[in-house]
Amino acid sequence: MRIVVLVKPVPDTTGQERLGPDLRVDRAAVPAVVNANDEYALEAALKLVEAAGEGEVTILAMAPAAAPETLRKALAMGAQRAVLISDPSLAGSDTLSTVRVLAAGLRRLEYDLVLAGADTSDGGAGVVPAGVAVSVGLPYLSYASKIEPGAGRVLVHRLSPSGYDVIEAALPALVVATQALGEPRYPSLRGIMAARSKEIITWSLADLELGDTPVGGAAATTDVVSVRQPATRAATRVVREPATVAAAQVVEFLAERRLI
Amino acid sequence: MDFSRNPESDAIRNAVAQLCAAYPDSYWQQLDVTGAYPSDFVAALTRDGWLSVLIPTEYGGAGLGLAEAGAILEEINRAGGHAAAAHAQMYTMGTLLKHGSEEQKHRYLPAIASGELRLQAFAVTEPDAGSETTRIRTMARRDGDAYRITGQKIFISRAEHSDLMLLLARTTPYDDLEDKTRGLSVFLVDLRTAVEKGQVEIRPIRVMLNHHTTEVFINELEVPTANLVGEEGEGFRHIIDGWNAERILVASEAIGDGRWFTERAARYATERVVFGRPVGANQGVQFPIAQAYADLEAASLLRDKAAWLFDSGRACGPEANMAKLQASRASWAAANACLDAHGGYGFASEYHVERKFRETRLLIAAPVSNNLLLAYLAQHVLHMPRSY
Ligand SMILES: Cc1cc2nc3c(=O)[nH]c(=O)nc-3n(C[C@H](O)[C@H](O)[C@H](O)COP(=O)(O)OP(=O)(O)OC[C@H]3O[C@@H](n4cnc5c(N)ncnc54)[C@H](O)[C@@H]3O)c2cc1C
Repeated sequence: MRIVVLVKPVPDTTGQERLGPDLRVDRAAVPAVVNANDEYALEAALKLVEAAGEGEVTILAMAPAAAPETLRKALAMGAQRAVLISDPSLAGSDTLSTVRVLAAGLRRLEYDLVLAGADTSDGGAGVVPAGVAVSVGLPYLSYASKIEPGAGRVLVHRLSPSGYDVIEAALPALVVATQALGEPRYPSLRGIMAARSKEIITWSLADLELGDTPVGGAAATTDVVSVRQPATRAATRVVREPATVAAAQVVEFLAERRLI
Repeated sequence: MDFSRNPESDAIRNAVAQLCAAYPDSYWQQLDVTGAYPSDFVAALTRDGWLSVLIPTEYGGAGLGLAEAGAILEEINRAGGHAAAAHAQMYTMGTLLKHGSEEQKHRYLPAIASGELRLQAFAVTEPDAGSETTRIRTMARRDGDAYRITGQKIFISRAEHSDLMLLLARTTPYDDLEDKTRGLSVFLVDLRTAVEKGQVEIRPIRVMLNHHTTEVFINELEVPTANLVGEEGEGFRHIIDGWNAERILVASEAIGDGRWFTERAARYATERVVFGRPVGANQGVQFPIAQAYADLEAASLLRDKAAWLFDSGRACGPEANMAKLQASRASWAAANACLDAHGGYGFASEYHVERKFRETRLLIAAPVSNNLLLAYLAQHVLHMPRSY
């Protein structure tokens, strides 16, 4: 089973995000991490390969040139190799451009299954996996809470508001992972050490057969017009004491305000 | 000078922090109450290879340095845990690695790296020889192709949780020596068979923290000459290099404790409202916490320098000693600031501050007392008269 996982390095949201003069996140100024939802997809991919007893997981990312260090973490979790598509002219890409580039990257790889995270913590659009599937011509199976590959096919439980749908498609296919697939593993020491020598292949735009398909910032069909901070919440009181103490404090708080 | 982030070291820290998250405050508190050993935590550390980082790859370890080993121990203590339960498995083998024969290294290091063999007891201290190591009396007499050893050791930690023990014993009587730092030798003892044969008896000592330290009674213990580590009579010199490693790692644990204290103190002081505002709004509460934080940062830099010196094979005695001195003091200051910020709740075991307080206090006194570190600096760095 050969699986490609789409992974995006995103700004570490535990830090303070900084915006550049173009009103976009200044990616060089903020440490990058693997997008959390993509870690669920990677975990699912690793489990599928382990269960199959054979196969390999390749990471495919489009990111600035500094990304290899972030991808090392994904490699430390257990993926065999990473492919990084990086090109200065890709700065400022919108989702459409990202779709075109990732699809072109996929065309150069061999795989049975493509996994992606539901959305990214920076862009949050959630449309890239669907776009890539359509672009490459792969069946698109979204919101998977269970993935069961069979002979030439894959069966997926797709989460729905009322439960889940059981859907099936021929391989190769693209499946969007959800957190219901299970917590991502943390890299072990052996994984971290092994990642040191794993291959990160870098492709520039010239390596992709994009023809005259427009990509990158210059071709973006969306534009950032303005940004604003969400209103900060009023001071919050957090009660962290053990339950015996906390309950009394909560009751007192509510009583003071005549809410009980 | 390059202070930029090292992604691999971040990955190590994150992975250890995630492992520790499965062993929350309540886990350590429970052990503290019962005095039990954190067997499952140590098993998890072993399983993931964290205790083998200092062993070279050719012997099955990760071949990393004290910088990484220190980061691991720091993260454990920062997460509220107590790395002392397992830290010696990392570095006790250092004496074997540096001074052991190829045969000894091939025989023991791979099994130590995998965790199959635990070498996490090091017997130096005796009732009449603590700070003054060269006064130890446990005597090893050569008898054919074995040594027969008799004596008593005290405060020997984790002896009940170790398969092997490094033992420092006298091979030349004190009075026959001109140079009192000679005449001692290091032995690798198989505790399992020694206890079974009744040649070693281990008795636990309850101390102020959950530390699994013991008294070790040694009676006609037979150790094959093949288990002499390094040269006979050079034992004191052989273990000194290991002491530097130990000091840098203990400094890292103190820094981890200190970070736990400052993080907890800052959080509690921000949330606890007294006189209509958070207690942390008072300078009397926040300044000691901020000062402890600054002291910890300084100690951490000293620790990083000492680790870098050690890892690049350079002499690091003064830096290792200063790192342990400053880190243990900074953590103790942080412990007091944290306890003060918590008011009465700091004394309640549910808040874990009093447990960490007891744990970090040890680091001022052991594995070496800070007084002896000052004596070292005064004499060997500042060239003042020897004070003892
Ligand atoms: C929990 C715990 C675990 C331990 N684990 C181990 C272990 O695994 N293996 C092991 O071998 N040992 C271990 N020790 C022993 C520890 O290393 C010794 O306690 C320490 O070296 C001090 O020796 P001592 O207790 O005999 O104090 P002493 O040497 O009797 O000193 C008493 C006090 O006098 C001070 N003092 C002594 N001489 C001077 C001087 N010249 N100038 C200024 N002040 C001086 C000391 O600093 C100390 O404060 C452990 C101790 C404890 C408490």
